Amino acid sequence: MDAVAVPIRLREVAADLADDRATPRATSTLRRRHALLASTGEQLRLLASVRLERDGQRVEFDRAVGGALRPARLEIFQVNLGKLCNMTCAHCHVDAGPDRTDAMMPDAVVEQVIAAIGRTRAHTVDITGGAPELHPRFRDLVAASLAAGKRVMDRCNLTVLLLPRNAGLVEWLGERNVEIVASLPHYRRPNTDAQRGNGVFERSIQALRLLNAAGYGSGNDRRRLTLVSNPAGAFLGASQATAEREWKEALLRNFGVTFDRLFVLNNMPISRFLEWLEATGNLEGYMERLVNAFNPAAVDGVMCRNTLSVSWDGRLYDCDFNQMLDLEVALPEGPHIGTFDEDHWLTRSIVTARHCFGCTAGAGSSCGGQTA
Amino acid sequence: METYYQGQHLAEFAKIADGSPELGKKFFDYYGAVFADGALTAREKSLIALAVAHTVQCPYCIDAYTQDCQQKGADFEQMTEAVHVAVAIRGGSSLVHGMQMREHAKKLGM
Repeated sequence: MDAVAVPIRLREVAADLADDRATPRATSTLRRRHALLASTGEQLRLLASVRLERDGQRVEFDRAVGGALRPARLEIFQVNLGKLCNMTCAHCHVDAGPDRTDAMMPDAVVEQVIAAIGRTRAHTVDITGGAPELHPRFRDLVAASLAAGKRVMDRCNLTVLLLPRNAGLVEWLGERNVEIVASLPHYRRPNTDAQRGNGVFERSIQALRLLNAAGYGSGNDRRRLTLVSNPAGAFLGASQATAEREWKEALLRNFGVTFDRLFVLNNMPISRFLEWLEATGNLEGYMERLVNAFNPAAVDGVMCRNTLSVSWDGRLYDCDFNQMLDLEVALPEGPHIGTFDEDHWLTRSIVTARHCFGCTAGAGSSCGGQTA
Repeated sequence: METYYQGQHLAEFAKIADGSPELGKKFFDYYGAVFADGALTAREKSLIALAVAHTVQCPYCIDAYTQDCQQKGADFEQMTEAVHVAVAIRGGSSLVHGMQMREHAKKLGM
């Protein structure tokens, strides 16, 4: 007989994380440090204050793309379950960390999200955080999305899979054909640990071995393992196709680990990465780099056009980055998942600001990898 | 000369074509083709360029290929090893010329 399922409570998870000595951490959250940039208003002010000019005119994103971005068909229903994470990476755009129990999706909102997933025409539910696997309702959300006929992606930090509380989770996800989209900045230790904390690389390899053992990463579409790389510094991402070949060869040769595909993303100049850029004197140079690398061919494929981003409190955004900057979408019924109307959603204006240059630089950058 | 090398030279490098657009175009087309993915990956080529940059001691090239190597996915350890390749060949090339010295010395000496 199966054991009776006991509901997991957020405070139990938070207590586990407080006792967790195994997960390395690169920094602490802006919120815990009461940093000025914990305020999204301050982040936007700082970005706007960067001297960026071309031909005597201030550089702004909407001017660069020649007007507002137009929404496309909704394909990706992205749910951010909250900011709680076992890690605190140096570049995190969410300001996630083990202390972020203040921003976790309440049960009532989870129910509203599940109801909206039942109505949406989006084909994929993309679950993110924080570490979404730490949310007490994570498995409920996965199961409900599958029941609604959706493909499900879990945006995973890898180390979370090694926590005792998550024993068996990899197999559970595998049985349900959930795609794992896992963060790994680099296929070698130095850049990975620099960004995510000393020792993270080793634990990430351990987690990848667990995933491989469960059938993930060997070309089976029902056990797809995608890795996500982002630069460990103030430069752009490598070419995705070339990097994927090099990564596959190197991870197999050095660690016997396999995966299916690589996404290469740029770092967005917001939250903790913005703080790092400013503190290291790299902010203006990085923004110049993004603007110089502006690629009109990357614009069509940016994720804000085909994505709905739902925050822990049920509010609606064009993307996870806008969500972290509190740049809400204006909708007649109010931007909340409880009143979500997909037809109205498709008539919205996409909100942009200077951070958007991060998605259009070089080969482009979105939750689905490079866009050009 | 106060500052012979200037940071903006790198960003403005394309202007060198003003004096000879035809040769400029040929050079930059060739340059771009050299660094594209081929039998070697773009990252491997960038590491070679970094090593050569240290051999020709060109500040522009060192700046450019430090960033390019990082952007192509090379890490600091890989880049340092590339510089050591340049160092080893420079030092080795001096030392192997010692063989000339050795032969002459043997011929002239008793």
